[in-house]
Amino acid sequence: MSEIFNLLLFQNTLRTATPVVLCAMGCLLSDQVGIMNIGVDGMMLMGAFFAVLGSYLFGSWAMGLLFAAGIGVLLGLFYYVFSIKFKSDEFIIGVALNILAGGLTVFLLRTLFGVKGSFSGPGIVPLPTIRIPWLEGVPVLGAVLSGNTLLVYVSWLLVLGIWVLLYKTPLGFHLRASGEAPEALRASGRSPERMKRLASVLCGLLAALSGAHLSLGYLTMFSENMSASRGFVAVACVIFGASNPPRVFLAALLFGFIDALGLRLQRYIPSDLTSMAPYVITVAMMVVVVLLRRKKQRSTL
Amino acid sequence: MQDLPPIVQFSHVSMQYPGVLANDDVSLTIRKGEVFALVGENGAGKSTLMNLLYGLQKPTLGTIHIKGTATTARHDPQRAMAMGVGMVHQHFKLVPSFTVAQNIALGMEPKRRGFFYDQRRVNREVLALGERFGLAVNPRDVVGELSVGLQQRVEILKALRRGADVLILDEPTAVLTPSETDELFTVIRRIVAEQGMTVILITHKLGEVMQLSDRVGVMRRGKLIGVVDTSATDERKLAAMMVGRDVIFDELRTGEPGEQAVLTVQNLSAADDRGLPAVRGISLTVHAGEIVGVCGVEGNGQTELTECIMGMRLQTAGTVTINGGEVSRLDPRAIRAMGVSWIPDDRLRTGLSAKATVTENLLVGKQRRAEFSGFHIHYQKKAARSYAQKLADAFDIRAGGLDLPAESLSGGNMQKAIVAREFSFDSPVLVISQPTRGVDIGAIEFIHEKIMEKRNAGCAILLVSADLDELFRLSDTLVTIYEGRITARFAAGEIDKQGISYYMTGGRQGEEAQA
Repeated sequence: MSEIFNLLLFQNTLRTATPVVLCAMGCLLSDQVGIMNIGVDGMMLMGAFFAVLGSYLFGSWAMGLLFAAGIGVLLGLFYYVFSIKFKSDEFIIGVALNILAGGLTVFLLRTLFGVKGSFSGPGIVPLPTIRIPWLEGVPVLGAVLSGNTLLVYVSWLLVLGIWVLLYKTPLGFHLRASGEAPEALRASGRSPERMKRLASVLCGLLAALSGAHLSLGYLTMFSENMSASRGFVAVACVIFGASNPPRVFLAALLFGFIDALGLRLQRYIPSDLTSMAPYVITVAMMVVVVLLRRKKQRSTL
Repeated sequence: MQDLPPIVQFSHVSMQYPGVLANDDVSLTIRKGEVFALVGENGAGKSTLMNLLYGLQKPTLGTIHIKGTATTARHDPQRAMAMGVGMVHQHFKLVPSFTVAQNIALGMEPKRRGFFYDQRRVNREVLALGERFGLAVNPRDVVGELSVGLQQRVEILKALRRGADVLILDEPTAVLTPSETDELFTVIRRIVAEQGMTVILITHKLGEVMQLSDRVGVMRRGKLIGVVDTSATDERKLAAMMVGRDVIFDELRTGEPGEQAVLTVQNLSAADDRGLPAVRGISLTVHAGEIVGVCGVEGNGQTELTECIMGMRLQTAGTVTINGGEVSRLDPRAIRAMGVSWIPDDRLRTGLSAKATVTENLLVGKQRRAEFSGFHIHYQKKAARSYAQKLADAFDIRAGGLDLPAESLSGGNMQKAIVAREFSFDSPVLVISQPTRGVDIGAIEFIHEKIMEKRNAGCAILLVSADLDELFRLSDTLVTIYEGRITARFAAGEIDKQGISYYMTGGRQGEEAQA
């Protein structure tokens, strides 16, 4: 058992959970303003590719992040324009975006780097790891908590930051009102569309950064379809966590834990089965959500 | 009244929508410190006129002055609020999950350190505001959990916090219970008397106009027909001005109900959509030529009762018989074939197919008849069209076109379309729910006449309504329903509106002594 349940498991949990946390925080903002963004998986994939591109071209991880952020903002704006301005179906735009991202990254991989499948090389500068001495002092987990890449810490701060934003500031109130009762916000002399645009852009930004974490923090490479539907898992986490930042964070950690556990069980169980783990847990989460909702309905009667 | 200074002036204001002239050369002066009632039928242009004042739309022609300053081409709600105009919409503009304080402050929140919401300050302000205007609220309550009356109070406070001294109330009593209405009127009188507020009341309930207002403006088809002092008019005169002819709500009944029991419900029980008991052992009988009115606060099992009768919902116990034949286990089509027609309370979901055309909605139920379907397959469009036209003419359904979707009709015309369709089956049994909800006065009169025609022709009619005036006017027999049970039964004239509310809230006949 100690071969499976050791510190490395927790380290892996953090690693696999982080892209989901980042992306889920973006989805959460989008969900709060009433935009169902299922295009985040594609945004993540595009972010992963552009991070590698930026890092490779300029030999700097910061440029990688900037590239990812740029494409994320653009895609967030794209999603806003089509779903809110042109009032097209969010589901269709999301699907289109995911398919576009899948195809476009493969195409760019071939035309820019001349490779098929994946691109890696010494030219790609990974995200730096950061040591935080006082975290190392934490008993048992200290070694795991410190020495992670930049975006891991950013994701933790985001959970707190987004919670404060949404529940403690007027801007957050306007964001939430624009999703729950847009006409109330409009009658108060504020534009719900502006809030939706802001949230959609932030959602794109965070989804793309989660991709950057995949390609520059987790591995140092880009490979076809490397988001592996984590964007959808993030959407599930938002639903599971009822759009509440700390709860969504915990949902993402749970996902990361199961994923990491699955990897380690590969020694005993066929890998075809263990690689199903994240998706099985996603479905299980949704079942729990439905059961809880039913229970709540019954108890309010 | 004459010496009060003007506060809002409309000069030759017109508003042209595509195909409709919603306001036609309206000139009107509202004076400071008065309660001004604006009445008119649905679509007469009263809401449009107020939307222009509040900056939600811009007039095509004419000018509006607020306190002597002309509104500009860039007039919008924010500017209107800055000029002291506040509006409480018919459908509240509140965020249900926010607290009272957060809703009142929305869009104008004071900040701490330039970024954070200053909860303490807002809560203090809300308490002070409530005290000053006599509108007590708890700033920490979540708005979605409040009663409709309190939500309206939050809306009024929201306008007052922004410094409104001209308050527009759009159909404020449409959603209130009678006691909430009384409370609202007390508040309005107080803020006018003590704070010098000006209140503009949009309504089509003439009783309220007489009770509350100083002056009345009557609108009809976009035009301002006239402005009169309330003390110099009465409901009948106002109704005539609104509709453009005399409205005579007089006795329509001829003859006594028959002896023959047509619709019999025995010990009927049924569950609601959540599986909870909604109808608990109801028995009632409707005779030929009789209208049985079911009085009750909405949600006490009326909807489920009518659905059971129509075969839309399976009862858990009891039987329904029509002319002696049991229909309890039949489906709606078979029940209709036995001569039952139904006007359901949910107009847009059950009463009509919103996306289907007016013609299709008028035809449905007869589409299998030979004249409309060649060989039972081919839809005879021309025949259907001319049939629909006949019905539309007979029931005065004003539609932009019979080939437009039903949802394009106004509420009153939708209701007339349903009445037209259901009454055209010539069924001996009618189940009617909320026939005139949200319908204006001219259409109410028309629908009431049609219902009474059916009664006088010997139909058995079960009438469910939330409108006591309607029930008392039409019914031969009144029953009260509370939590799925019949609590009392009266012949028309045995009881008045004040008396019956005791039974609508759970009192039982024969228990009055203990109450």
